Parts: sequence; structure tokens; C-alpha cells
Amino acid sequence: MKWTTGAGLTAAALLASTGLASAEGKLNIFNWGNYTSPELIEKFKKEYDVDVTVTDYDSNDTALAKVKAGGHGFDIVVPSHSYMPIWINEGLLLESRPDQMENFEHMSDRWKDVDWDPGRRFSVPWQWGTTGMAVNTSVYDGDPNTSAIFMDPPEELVGKVNVVPEMIDVMNLAIRYVGGEPCTSDREVLRKTRDAMMAARDKWMSMDYGTTEKLAAGDMVASVNWNGSTLRARMQNPDIVYGYPREGYPLWMDSAAVLADAQNPENAKLFLNFIMDPENAAMISNFARYANGIDGSEQYMAEDMKGAPEIDVPEEFQSAGAFNPSCPPEVQQMYTQIWTQLQK
Amino acid sequence: MAAQDTSPAPEEVAAPTMAPHGTDYAAIAMRRERRNNLALVSPALLILVVGASGPLVVMLIYSFLAAGDYGGVVWEFSTQGWFQVFLQRDMFDDTIGFADAHLSIFWRSLSLAFITTVLCVIFGFPTAYFIATRPPEQRSLWLFLVTIPFWTNLLIRTYAIMEVIRNEGLVNTALMKAGLISQPIQMLYTDFAIMLGMTYVYLPLMVLPLYASMEKLDFRLVEASYDLYASRMNTLRRIILPLVKPGLIAGSILVFVPCLGAYVTPRVLGGGKRLMLGNLIELQFGQGRNWPLGAALSITLLLIVMVALLIYVRNASRQGGAHG
Repeated sequence: MKWTTGAGLTAAALLASTGLASAEGKLNIFNWGNYTSPELIEKFKKEYDVDVTVTDYDSNDTALAKVKAGGHGFDIVVPSHSYMPIWINEGLLLESRPDQMENFEHMSDRWKDVDWDPGRRFSVPWQWGTTGMAVNTSVYDGDPNTSAIFMDPPEELVGKVNVVPEMIDVMNLAIRYVGGEPCTSDREVLRKTRDAMMAARDKWMSMDYGTTEKLAAGDMVASVNWNGSTLRARMQNPDIVYGYPREGYPLWMDSAAVLADAQNPENAKLFLNFIMDPENAAMISNFARYANGIDGSEQYMAEDMKGAPEIDVPEEFQSAGAFNPSCPPEVQQMYTQIWTQLQK
Repeated sequence: MAAQDTSPAPEEVAAPTMAPHGTDYAAIAMRRERRNNLALVSPALLILVVGASGPLVVMLIYSFLAAGDYGGVVWEFSTQGWFQVFLQRDMFDDTIGFADAHLSIFWRSLSLAFITTVLCVIFGFPTAYFIATRPPEQRSLWLFLVTIPFWTNLLIRTYAIMEVIRNEGLVNTALMKAGLISQPIQMLYTDFAIMLGMTYVYLPLMVLPLYASMEKLDFRLVEASYDLYASRMNTLRRIILPLVKPGLIAGSILVFVPCLGAYVTPRVLGGGKRLMLGNLIELQFGQGRNWPLGAALSITLLLIVMVALLIYVRNASRQGGAHG
């Protein structure tokens, strides 16, 4: 009998505590690792008296799989643009109407009406950037603005190039290098791409993440890499430069959105509005070193980011950059086949 | 089972309990004990059934479903996942051929796991022998030292190895300072790095079972062998090895099986340029968005391990029979 009473009490206590857990004043953010400024979170906590938890993911697919499985308890997610239509079409996002929020006026016109979220009815820019080449000029001082850095490495870089294992980005860089269009299913182009990549991969050193530290330390002297990561590497090692492949390179944008099954949708909406404030958007950029898409945030940005060649795309290379479209599943399958061949 | 064997025989119990009602207390006691045993074992059984078989059943089911467009599975029967494990439709001319990429990844995993096991034997055997030949009061200290690496997370230990062998790492810096080399030696991101990492990580799993059988080894037999003019090599081969064989085999299984499915070490130290099975499976559940293929690959891995174990069990029992 005693046992039963004890169990009853425990159950009651459990119920009570879970009851507390779903009470107001909470926000659970699901974001890429090493991407959320702690300063920003601190400020949001103070301003709205909300308890914030940040959980990391390492790829769009991981995030999508977790949220689709349900029972995750997250309120905010930050998918890349090419995944945004999937999130919206699968009904995973709440139509939180950022376009009607108070701080929407600060969003750059360029990002107010985008293909992946027309009219910004679901999402708010978090950060955007480019995928290009990082090169250590003390090893190779030739032109870094070409995908030949990894598709046909110059002699100095043979056996020393790293390629980030980000399938879609790398495939699109390679396809554009051989003269095709992103997400193409043209077999001739794909055959050319595969052959070129198979020939190139023997000249690569690795296919690994963690490029910032390794570029800075000299473990990697060239890599397919993201612009912000390259900027962070350059701040520790001035020999690093960032190249924009003139054959074509991908642009990307990660945007924050509220989940359809969010436990704290009101706090989540507050957060979306909060990060459209230029001062707060600057905090995001100062942490991860990418541009944010909010006008007026520049004045709050760290000195070393202003006019940084990794952030401000030079005039002559602007036209070569394009957003990766969301590839159809059958194209994704062909890419995976080539990708597996590449790493066999 | 053991508990039942040791329970008092029915006659002994029955004698002092000649009940007035003629109830068979012995039978009741036995029934109760059996029930108690079952009750005591049930948590373990439950964990085994739900925790070990449950996920496997899910994997098995998933491997026979169709792939969802954006990951996940669609609930319709399909053998595509299994088809793609070994075969592939060429994306350029639609001919069906062997999935050579998968086969070569299987082959790499098998050979790296095998070499790692051999390395673990080479390093683990003398270590275990050394510990087993210490005075008994010292042995626990040495064993304790062997287990120290387990206190740290696998990922952290792997990163520690990376710090040692990277271009600006301990080894290269030391060699360059000593003037032995002028350019750092590329060790990180090679098969050497994968094997070094796996040997380091799994070595204790070889040493511990080896030690367990060596501890039981009667060293008087070794002395006797020397007395009969056996050479050191002969003694090792014909006296020590046969006696510690169970430990050697247990250790080899403990090393080979996790090596085959290793994920972290090849990813961090191998640089991801050449996949191992664990990484190939991860690719299918992640960027490849082909869960049925990933599930089928996982089960194929499981089957390989099972076949290897079956061969071992059959060999062991045959040899056991031959030697009496």
C-alpha cells in the first residue's frame, strides 16, 4: 500500500513538473551547430523573460528527419533556402506572417520576396553566404577565383585540397565547372561531371568539415569552403584568401521559421521579429561571420567584417553566383550515385 | 536455469511439510520459484527484446519499403533497397551491373577491420602476457591502467590522435625540430590514420579477454615445455597459444565487429575521402535520402558479422571435439 501511495505521489509530481515545463516563458531553437550567437540569446532572454534552449543539428536532412518524426519539442528551425519549399509543402511550418511584423521594414528588399518563400509568409533571413574556394597564398599564389582549385588542382595543391562533404553544393560547383546548370538531369553533363570529379579526387587530400580551424592551422591549404568560415580562418591566418569561382558558385540563405507544432508559437514569433532588428541581426553576423539580410545592421557589425572581401561579393563575380534550386528526388538520386562512386 | 538446479529436491522439502490438508507444498514452492525466476529475469528479457530486436525489426521492415522523396520511407513494398545493395542500374546507359562502389567499400571495411584486429593481437598479446606474469598484487594496477582510456569519450580520444599526427601536430613538430624531416609527413587523412586510431581505440578490448585466459594459464606447463627442450617459439605456438585461444578469439571478435561498423574514426581521421560501411550507411540516411538502402546495408553488415561468428563457432566446436 505504501508503495502504491509513493508511486501515486511520484506520478503526481511528474505530472506537475511536466505541467510546469510546458508553461509560458520558454523557447526551443533548433539550429545549425556553432551558428547561434550566445549574446543574442542572452539579450532575448532578458528582454522577454523567456527561457531559451538551443539544440544543434549538422545537416538539413538531419533537421528535416527529426522534425518529421515528431515529438521534438522545438519551436524554431533554420533550414537552408533549397529545403524551405520542402518544409513549407510538407506542412511543417507555421504561417507566422513575418511580413506583417513590426521589424519587417528592416529586411533588405532583395530578400523580401524570394522564390523559396514568396512574400516571406513563413521565414526570416538568418544568414546568407556563398560557397567558394579558400586558398592559402603561401602555398599557391595563383588565381583563387576558379573551381579548378578543386576540379583541376594546380601542381602546388595536388594532394592537399579538401572538399567539404556537402553533396549538393559540391555537385553544383562541379556541374557548373563543366558547363552545366545546377540540378541538371542531362546525362551528358552528368557524365562529364562524374569523369572530371573522378579524375580530380585522386588529387584531393580529404573530404571533411571543420575547415575553419584546419585552414587557420595549416592542416589544409586549400578547400571548397563557405565564405564566413574562410573569413574566420583569415582572421587567424592572414595568408588565407577566398575565391569566387567564375565558372559559377552557389549562394545560400538559411532562414528562421516557426514550426507548425511549436509548443511556444507566440515566443517564437517574438523571436522572428527580434532578429529582424538591425542591432540583433548584427549579433548573429558577428558570431558566425556571415551576412544577415537586414538593412542597417552594418553599423553594428565588427570592424573586421566591414568591407571584408568574403562578405561583400566583388562586382565582377556577382553574376556568377546563383541560389541552388531544390533538386527533384530523381536528380538527388543520381547525385548520390556519383557521390558514392567518388568516395568508393 | 541455474537457480532451479540448485533448488532443494522435492523429497527433502516435502518431508517436513506434511500438511494436514495434503497440499503438495513442494510443487507449489517449485511453481512459485519458477514464477519468481521469470519475474526476476523479465526486465532483462524485456530490454533485450524491445531494445535489441525492436530496432532490428524496424530496419528489416524499412529495407523492404520505398524511399520517401525527402528522406523517410513510403509504406509500399519495394525491393529496391536490397537491389541497390549489390546491383545498380547504370545512370548513363541503363544497364544493370554490380554496384562496384558498394562492393569496394565493403571490401575496404573488411580488410581494414581485419588488419586492425591483427595489429591488436600483435600489440595486445605481449601486453596481456606481461600483466599475467606480474605478481598477483600488481596485476590489478596494470589492468586498471589498461582501462584508463575508457574514461574518456571515443570522439575526444579520436581528436587527441588527430592532434598527435596532424601536419602541425606533436609527431611532425618533434621530427622537424630534430631535423629528421624538412616537410611534415602526411599522416592524417590516410588509411594509416584510420588503422592507428582503431587499433588505439579497440586495443583494450583485445587485452582484457586475453588477460582473462592468460591469468588461468598454468605457467608450470610453460616451464615443463622448456624442460623438455622446446624452443621459445615452440612453447608459444604449441603450449601458450592453444591454451589462451578462447581469449584470443573473444578479443578478435570484440575488435573485429565494431571495427567493421566504425563510423567516428574513419570520419575524423580518414578525412572522409574513402568511405567505410558506417559512413556509407550514414550517407543513405542523410544526404542520400535513401533510407531503404541504408537499412538494407545495415542488415547486410549484420549478416556479415553473423556469418563470421557462425564460422567461428563451428570451427571452435569441431576443434574442441577433436582435442577432446
